[in-house]
Amino acid sequence: MKFPTWREVGTEARLLLIGIPVFIWTMVPVYNLFLFSISPKEEAFAGKLWPDHPTLHNFAIVFKQQHYFLRDFWMQFWNSVVIAVAVGVLTLVVATSAAFAISRLRVPGGRMVMNLALFTYFIPAAFLAVPMYRTMGVYGLLNNHWSLILAMMTIASPYAIWVLKQASDKLPLELDEAAVMDGASTLQLFRLVYLPLMMPSLVAIGTYALLLAWNEYLYAFLLLSNDTELTLPVALGNFLAADDSPWELLMTTGFIYALPPAAIYYVFRRYMVGGLTAGAVKS
Amino acid sequence: MTATMLTTDSTIPRGPLIPRLTTPQVWGFVLLVPYALVFLAFVVYPITYGLWLARHPASYVALYHDPIFARAAVNTLIFLLIGINIKMVIALFLSGFFIQQRAWIRWLSMIFILPWAVPSIPTILSLRFMLNPEWGVVNQLIFKFTGDDGPNWLNDPAVALTMAIGVHIWKSLPFWTLILMTGRLAISQDLFEAAAVDGASWWQKFRFVTWPSVQTLYLTCTLLSMIWTLGDFNSVYLLTGGGPADLTHVLSTLGIRYLRLDQLDLAMASIVCAMPLVLPLVYFMMKRLSR
Repeated sequence: MKFPTWREVGTEARLLLIGIPVFIWTMVPVYNLFLFSISPKEEAFAGKLWPDHPTLHNFAIVFKQQHYFLRDFWMQFWNSVVIAVAVGVLTLVVATSAAFAISRLRVPGGRMVMNLALFTYFIPAAFLAVPMYRTMGVYGLLNNHWSLILAMMTIASPYAIWVLKQASDKLPLELDEAAVMDGASTLQLFRLVYLPLMMPSLVAIGTYALLLAWNEYLYAFLLLSNDTELTLPVALGNFLAADDSPWELLMTTGFIYALPPAAIYYVFRRYMVGGLTAGAVKS
Repeated sequence: MTATMLTTDSTIPRGPLIPRLTTPQVWGFVLLVPYALVFLAFVVYPITYGLWLARHPASYVALYHDPIFARAAVNTLIFLLIGINIKMVIALFLSGFFIQQRAWIRWLSMIFILPWAVPSIPTILSLRFMLNPEWGVVNQLIFKFTGDDGPNWLNDPAVALTMAIGVHIWKSLPFWTLILMTGRLAISQDLFEAAAVDGASWWQKFRFVTWPSVQTLYLTCTLLSMIWTLGDFNSVYLLTGGGPADLTHVLSTLGIRYLRLDQLDLAMASIVCAMPLVLPLVYFMMKRLSR
């Protein structure tokens, strides 16, 4: 075994000097969340790095809905799931067909649609929230899941179309030509050639839209207000409004709420990083 | 292939010289319809409606006389000009760290992405609670080590805004680091080897090899981040709620505040006031991305 030279040790030490603060900076809020969720109520405020009696009691309370603030937990969890999945699926349908039309069929005016979509992408979502709220009121969709689904789809689609268009521009044109030569109709081209080849990008975009909807707070908080219609983030925000909030339960619910997106992200990381960063900045 | 051939052969799917629409193009229009409907119903209509609401000059006079609006505008500028630049410099620095070939750095990069992968609500609430002056862990540690009471973090507007910027950086730093990493990884390794042969220092390698290659990307990222940060509602709203005394609002939370006070025309007017800031950035980004 070769001993490292002083120079190598020095480099390693300098890297650690960056790495350790980065680790602490990243983990502290997450760890605090976790710590609260496994601490009994009276120990949660003691400021210890590990509770003396770690417990899963908080999780039991949340899962059994044994607190006033949590009486609709499963309903709200389900709402979040339904809305996130619906946004993911609808965004995929809308964006894939648009990207196919613009990139592969070269439909006249496709470029203009692309630019309009890009423009939407750059409007800060919080600025669109106020008029969107009123618009949903006009359409009579307030307090209806469809309002949030449609709003989130509107926000997710532009980026989805753009990434999918970039990805489909990279597919060779000869593929389409060969398929057409063999007598494929446009729909067959779409279904049998385009969709299979685009699978990695489609996974990335579907996940992107799904996570965007699952994580959304502002629109959910504006558009939904009945307790049984709420999504989890809004329910968490409502915890905050009360003076006697049970913080350890708030943190436990938050921890449960944060787990699925983190898991999905890590499972699809390969697609996400490749599919999204390639689209995010083309220099 | 000549134009006459194109017009006679209808199986060729595309070509600018075809006078009438081919079947694929009809399909193209059909496939664009879903997005067009979404765009008309949920982008064009709300924006038109919003601008119509913001048409009264009186709203702008009211905004001008509202000290909270002035404060929010200043806060937004601080957030963008100071916060984003600090974030991007750190991201540029860390992107250099994370491309080092070490097993433990690869593991760290997986952990580092966590703030971006999890929703903002739980982690921001966790931070908010850590900063609580009485029971928060930060002040408890200060008390333990110094015996003094820590500051009332979120009750001082300057500190509270700084904390909100910190939350924003915590949340979005991983994303931008990742993007800048892809930029750095695209640089040919030969350039660094040549620089090493010439005896270039660490700084010279950065200054003359890395920076010229990533500077456009860096600028794009900075501008994009500024546009998005204008719409960052969560970092401020969930940490400070705009308080104390409405002194930490930014434009995105202010619009929602007016909406909740049922002053819809003021909400829209305050957003219209941000347009001189937004539109140039958007125009620039569109120019860059739609090439």
